[in-house]
Amino acid sequence: MNIWIILITAVVLAGFVWWLYNSIIVAKIRISEAFSQIDVQLKRRADLIPNLVEAVKGYAKHEKELFEKVTKERANLVSAKTPHDKAEANNMLSDTLKSIFAVAEAYPDLKASQNFLELQEEVSDTENKIAYARQFYNSNVLDYNTKLRVFPNMIIANLFNFKEEEFFAATEQEKKEVKVKF
Amino acid sequence: MNIYSAISSNKTKTWLVMILFVLVVSTLVYVFSKALGFSALGMSGLALVLAGLMSIGSYYYSDKLVLATTGAKQIKKQDYPQYFRIVENLSIASGLPMPNVYIMDDPSPNAFATGRDPKHAVVCATTGLLSIMSEAELEGVIAHELSHIKNFDIRLMGIVAILVGFVAILSDIFIRMTFFSGDRDNRGSQIFLVLAIIFAILSPIAATLIQLAVSRKREFLADASGVLLTRYPEGLAQALEKLAKDHTAPRVASNATAHLFIENPFDNKKVKNFFTGLFNTHPPLEERIKILRSM
Repeated sequence: MNIWIILITAVVLAGFVWWLYNSIIVAKIRISEAFSQIDVQLKRRADLIPNLVEAVKGYAKHEKELFEKVTKERANLVSAKTPHDKAEANNMLSDTLKSIFAVAEAYPDLKASQNFLELQEEVSDTENKIAYARQFYNSNVLDYNTKLRVFPNMIIANLFNFKEEEFFAATEQEKKEVKVKF
Repeated sequence: MNIYSAISSNKTKTWLVMILFVLVVSTLVYVFSKALGFSALGMSGLALVLAGLMSIGSYYYSDKLVLATTGAKQIKKQDYPQYFRIVENLSIASGLPMPNVYIMDDPSPNAFATGRDPKHAVVCATTGLLSIMSEAELEGVIAHELSHIKNFDIRLMGIVAILVGFVAILSDIFIRMTFFSGDRDNRGSQIFLVLAIIFAILSPIAATLIQLAVSRKREFLADASGVLLTRYPEGLAQALEKLAKDHTAPRVASNATAHLFIENPFDNKKVKNFFTGLFNTHPPLEERIKILRSM
């Protein structure tokens, strides 16, 4: 009699642990899926940069340093492996791209060129898409991290050594940006 | 009330309505069968087959029917780049596969989503909507529609249609049977007979009311989860304000498709009493705007 009670309790407990473990794993898989979304957009952005540099070069030859900087940062972004490194490389690239567009302001011919306008539109579209993909990624990370911290999941998380994931951080400037429209 | 609690309370309410519906349907089957002296199984089996056949058809073809009756056309990115981009961006933000983007040539501003699941989803806006909305407002509206897709509203409305159809057919069969079985001796089941007649009259009305209530709950929920995507409640609030002010008559919309749109295409704001409130597919815009502003 006692053996049965112990056995049933053990089976129920094991089932519960199994279920909790799986729910954590599912949340973890969702994070990597969400990250691949960001990756697609980062790659698209990296592909746009050589074209952009070419387009600007034709008009603003002596901005050599800026071109070298952006090319180097693009290489950093492409070679970055972890989400953390990618976020950092991406943020640095964002800042440099901003200065390229600022420089372009000084060249009216460049600003009027159809090719440049299209590229500018594409780059800003990719930036928006990165922001949206990041939002989706971060909400998944939030779900996962919350899962790890609440009771009784935290026991399972400690038992199987699950670690909290890092958010894909925005640039300092983006954090300050507040959408105000009238 | 913040966005997260709004979503969870809406979800709980929706579940309550669904459970209530199932309870009502099972009581009906029981009472009808008792009244007619049939076995409960035989009676409900017959109704299930009929309702099932009808609903399987509508499950697969409802979106094509809707698109055909509204005359919407599929568009490519270059046709309406801003509109298309917003759909692209927000589907990335919601983690949904890119839906098919449609446009409806209609000066009355409105939008709807359809399809049976996120992989077979359609987002549609009228030309009127695209012309009067700013980017932030359009984002709010599209996020609302994508939330309908993400929350499986388009499928839930299908389930509700099945339940409503089930009750309607049940009552219909019962009424016919009481007429045909005329003056047979109804020993002891007279109380049930009276009950059954009352139920037969009331249940289709109740079913329709629940269908409308579910649809309205879903609108609040879609508003709330849409805001989670744009993180900008004011965008949708302003869009709804514009819709409230607009009185362009819709060219194409019928009672059957009314619940699909972001705003009830048949708004008669003058008549506002208890009954029109009950039979509205959409909650009043003012109420939705008020909730959005409190987020």
